[in-house]
Amino acid sequence: MTGWLRSVHPQTLRVTALALVLALVVLFFGSQIDNYYTARMFNRISTSVAIILLIAIGQALVVITRNIDLSVGSIVGFTAYLVGDLLVAQPDLHPLVVVAAAMALGAALGAVNGVVVAYGRVPAIIVTLGTLAIYRTILVEYSDARSITTANLPKWVVELPQATLFSIGDLDIRVTVAIALGVALVVHLALTRLRAARRLYAVGSNPDAAAIAGINAERVVFTAFLLSGALAGLAGFVFLARFGNITVVAGLGFELKSVAAVVVGGVNIFGGSGTVVGVVLGTTLVDVIDNSLTRWALVSEFWRDALLGMLILIAVAADTLMNRYLDRLRRKRHMAELSAGTLPVPREAG
Amino acid sequence: MEGGLMRRLVRWEVLLLVILAVTIAVNSAMAPMFLTIGNQINLFQLSIEKIIVALMMTLVIVNGEIDLSVASMMGLAACAFGWLFQMGVPAGVAIPIVLALGLLGGAFNAFWITVIGMPSLVVTLAMLIGFRGMARILVEDRGITGFPDWFNALGQQPILGPLPLALLVFAVLFVVLLVVLHRSGFGRKVYVIGNSAEVARYSGVAVPRVKALLFVASGFVAALAGLLYTARVSAVRGDVALGFELDIITMVLLGGVSIFGGKGTLWGVLLSILIVLNLRNGMALANITGHLQTGVIGLLLILSVLVPNLVQSAGRLSFKPGSASR
Repeated sequence: MTGWLRSVHPQTLRVTALALVLALVVLFFGSQIDNYYTARMFNRISTSVAIILLIAIGQALVVITRNIDLSVGSIVGFTAYLVGDLLVAQPDLHPLVVVAAAMALGAALGAVNGVVVAYGRVPAIIVTLGTLAIYRTILVEYSDARSITTANLPKWVVELPQATLFSIGDLDIRVTVAIALGVALVVHLALTRLRAARRLYAVGSNPDAAAIAGINAERVVFTAFLLSGALAGLAGFVFLARFGNITVVAGLGFELKSVAAVVVGGVNIFGGSGTVVGVVLGTTLVDVIDNSLTRWALVSEFWRDALLGMLILIAVAADTLMNRYLDRLRRKRHMAELSAGTLPVPREAG
Repeated sequence: MEGGLMRRLVRWEVLLLVILAVTIAVNSAMAPMFLTIGNQINLFQLSIEKIIVALMMTLVIVNGEIDLSVASMMGLAACAFGWLFQMGVPAGVAIPIVLALGLLGGAFNAFWITVIGMPSLVVTLAMLIGFRGMARILVEDRGITGFPDWFNALGQQPILGPLPLALLVFAVLFVVLLVVLHRSGFGRKVYVIGNSAEVARYSGVAVPRVKALLFVASGFVAALAGLLYTARVSAVRGDVALGFELDIITMVLLGGVSIFGGKGTLWGVLLSILIVLNLRNGMALANITGHLQTGVIGLLLILSVLVPNLVQSAGRLSFKPGSASR
């Protein structure tokens, strides 16, 4: 009866379960909220997912290496504001230059985290708790209580969130959404196909073994923080384009949202496992719930956070219990095969 | 190994003492009234709820866990009190109900951590969002005031000499936790589990029970701190104590408590609390705004771990090549 369970990879099971929950949630809200299945709703949620997805992918890279990046919210605010400032001063810059500048700025901030964590050997939670405050402080001091407004931004930036790459029926795939999905695809291919990217898992699942296998763990961890910063920088640019009016509080709280999305998406908080598909589903699930609750007449919008907290608990608890169950099955089979005299070939665990 | 550890701890607290002395000296030079009892009490008063929670957090982190939900529990306690009061429950009855709510919230965290076996980082992150959400359900976007005078007085008037109630709570809690952590069998278990939960389990320590007790206590202390905060500002809003967890954890880690558990003392945390309070007060005297203060504390947090690491590896490179780290 449990035979099929053994043959399925835990990550596949996890992703299937997440997709199922997501479908149920959408069906549920569809039955509760009038005009739920509309193009407008799709566009609203997809553009909102785009920003947090970029941050969550970077966060996942860091978490897979058994670290955490709590400074991403401050990096988003920092880049959104500074790139906005840059565009106000030089409106004629080529869009690609602007995007590159945003990513470079984010990468620089991420590199600071990476150097201190990887080479200074300071725990990531301490470093990024510190830079969460420091980056925000620098921004507040720099901004001098000014804010960036839509009126001062070049036209192409303001129009970017409405720009549509292609449409499927009524559903528009916005450029910003395409960018986020493109990044997700690239990182997915890298994590599953590239030897260099597999090192993230090696370092995260067993740093000592990785070091003995000749992997430069410091460089791997540094790179993860660098990429997390760069993606947060890119998210900062998308944030700027979507909201236009940027104050010093931009991106506040994104660190928790991204960690929540990553954890719901099945990335192990202790490193070593996690998939981009899971992160995409986790981010979408969290955001769909967030966006739908504000429109659900039955409960007030003040229920949002309480339900989100419970969702995270249940998602991770289900994961923990499932892993424990699979572990027990595997051990039972191992014992059975030992007694039958057919030693199993060691298989990689998910 | 043991000797090296002791040496490092001693050196750590000496370093904190030096930082504290420098801060106080600079502050006194800037403002002559800085060292008066009035100003020192005042400086404690402004962050008293955070430092009360920081004491309990020390035990949680030494145990190798973390409680990110404390600030949200403070907010929930405050909002629950305000809500009950608005529903017509007398303040004297609402206080024990809210304290029980703190115990319940802590037990809720403990359930997922010890029974289900989830990491405390994830559980308390979820409840950082969850408890805050419950607080918002209770008061939505209202502000609640008009508590009885005797309740507000608890937060504002001195009750023993120049000392207000919250400061007495802090002092009593410090002494109690000092005995529990450094003088009792329970405290030894907290350290043993923090060093290695596996070793503790095989040594016959009831690991889940110790952990659960700490989280229940943490919820209770946070609820108490939330009530003290409510009495001090005599008003409740949904964002009470928002973001306090960062300040609280910073104080504990700056005090030399290892984020990986098993290391650190309450004395170190007391010194770091004094440093943070004096530093903030001094910066305020020098007209440095609240935000820049937070940045400076953040920098101090990173440096407090980075500098000893750098010194250590520099020492290893020049004196003991090839010696094992950790």
